[in-house]
Amino acid sequence: MHDANASRASKSFTTLTASAVLVNPVGLHARPSVKLTQCAKSFAATIEIALDADGPWTDAKSPVKVMRVKAPQGAMLYFRVTGLDGEAALAAVLALVHDGFGEA
Amino acid sequence: MTEIHLTGRAASPGLAIGPVTVLMGIVESRRVSGDPAQETVALKAAVEGAAADLAKLIKAEQGEAADILEFQVAMLGDDALAEGAFDAIATGIPADQAWRSVLNAEIAGYRSAEDEYFRARVADLMDIRDRVLERLNGSENSSAISGGSIVASDEISPSAFLAADWRRGGAIVLAAGSSSSHVAMLARARGTPMVVGVGPLSWDGRPPALALVDGDAGTVIFDPEPETKRQFEQRMKTAHAAHALADADRAKPALTADGRRITLLLNIAAPEELTNLDPAICDGIGLVRTEFLFEASQALPDEETQFAVYRRILDWAQGRPVTIRTLDAGGDKPIAGLTIDGESNPFLGLRGIRLSLLRPEAFRLQLRALARAAVHGPLKVMLPMVTIPSELDRAREFLDAEIAALRAKGIACARPLLGIMVEVPAAALRAEDFDAGFYSIGSNDLTQYTMAAARDNGMVADLNDTGNPAVLALITRAVEAGRARGVEVSLCGDAAADIRLTKALLATGLTSLSVSPVAIGRLKATIATVKT
Repeated sequence: MHDANASRASKSFTTLTASAVLVNPVGLHARPSVKLTQCAKSFAATIEIALDADGPWTDAKSPVKVMRVKAPQGAMLYFRVTGLDGEAALAAVLALVHDGFGEA
Repeated sequence: MTEIHLTGRAASPGLAIGPVTVLMGIVESRRVSGDPAQETVALKAAVEGAAADLAKLIKAEQGEAADILEFQVAMLGDDALAEGAFDAIATGIPADQAWRSVLNAEIAGYRSAEDEYFRARVADLMDIRDRVLERLNGSENSSAISGGSIVASDEISPSAFLAADWRRGGAIVLAAGSSSSHVAMLARARGTPMVVGVGPLSWDGRPPALALVDGDAGTVIFDPEPETKRQFEQRMKTAHAAHALADADRAKPALTADGRRITLLLNIAAPEELTNLDPAICDGIGLVRTEFLFEASQALPDEETQFAVYRRILDWAQGRPVTIRTLDAGGDKPIAGLTIDGESNPFLGLRGIRLSLLRPEAFRLQLRALARAAVHGPLKVMLPMVTIPSELDRAREFLDAEIAALRAKGIACARPLLGIMVEVPAAALRAEDFDAGFYSIGSNDLTQYTMAAARDNGMVADLNDTGNPAVLALITRAVEAGRARGVEVSLCGDAAADIRLTKALLATGLTSLSVSPVAIGRLKATIATVKT
């Protein structure tokens, strides 16, 4: 059911991509991960992150999976967003990264 | 109300004062329902319960502590964390076992991270793991050990000890127990005072409110009179001042009263112990126990994980020598799938190098990871429980073979110095017969094998004495063999940190001791008073 929704979503909405450098001092560790997932969860769109433009892609709403990415400081973080509020979602997560998750 | 004086045996030094937490019997295992549906419900409830506990805790904390707890809540609230455990339960595995192995795999991933900030999260994940396990086991007792309290109990499990926060003080008082138990070792490593063998703790339903613990003398006073308490607090103040003074001198080299330089090394059981520690306080690492790698993963940790951990320790040491002991399983350290259950006398059975030579798969993997790590710093590899020279020779053949295989594949590697742990009297008596690159005396086992007194049996604790002339004579033999062969001899057992033995140990000719990080300051101060 969830999968059906996801595939329908990807047909109806264009997938947006963007990237940003992790500028906060310690990379995507505990606190930034929590902030990112909290932000991502406030949108309906599917939001994924990766360390490479070609993936593998990770669900940005799962702190467990985001932590497994172990993105260090200075890494380029790629986003892939699909959904009705996709544009707003992408803007919000990018702002968070640019802002160094409020830590920089 | 009159104060109660109890005398036991000192298991970990230091003084502590605090409110008493009485632990009733600790539940070590739970009843397994055998029904996957029930086990699934049990795990769900435990995860939700643990998250609720944490949410309550957050309210009492601020700043960094609150951030850390918030991270734990976020992780617990994410279905991705327990996914694998629910899958395993569906195949018939009990909930606690499923959760433990899934979390241990997650922890292993963090442990092998390049980045220190991720590695530091190992402790958080362990905390998450244990909170849920406690919920599953229905033992909310150990989670009730609040910081700074004196735990009074019949026994305490290592996991219960590790689950509590000892940074704000506190101590352990056990009715039975032994000063050589694993918990006592952990307590000494953390600097938590501990007294064992004080006898039955019966309160007639009226447990004491306050306790004074003297981990140096092995005494405990429950519900002290105001004057007793005041005097004790005065002693604590003086002791703290002395401690601070010793710690301030931690970075200075260890010199005896007559100016002889003593090499001081560190014993560590997990790489996390090195976090926030300045390598300048020591001359290197004398013992890295590698059992932690195997306990955490519940299976054989792969070569990459091991290599990453070994390399990190070498990086921390900044060019100082690091001695890593190959897996010392068996005896009182069983490892699932590797050691043999049901030996009638495990301490005299298939343990240490004996097991490694009989079942070499894990041993060879470890040697490979060690040879690769040796490229990154002065690495020494120590073989445990070596009894006869041919065991060392066979181990060396395995190392040769792994190095040749790595070189054939073009993988960078180097030959670490190969030495033996001297802990069997046969090896101590004939140490010169071994073609070892170094000797490291394991005084805990050497003492129990020489004195025929188990280290985990409080009833024979008096006999389990490293200061006994027979044990000291064996140490002297090993020291002389090392001198004759021109190789280093060190001592890495608990006796190295026991300042009552420092003079006797240095009198054997030893010039190198290896102790846990908290003991460094105290030991340097003691060495400075000894004339050799």
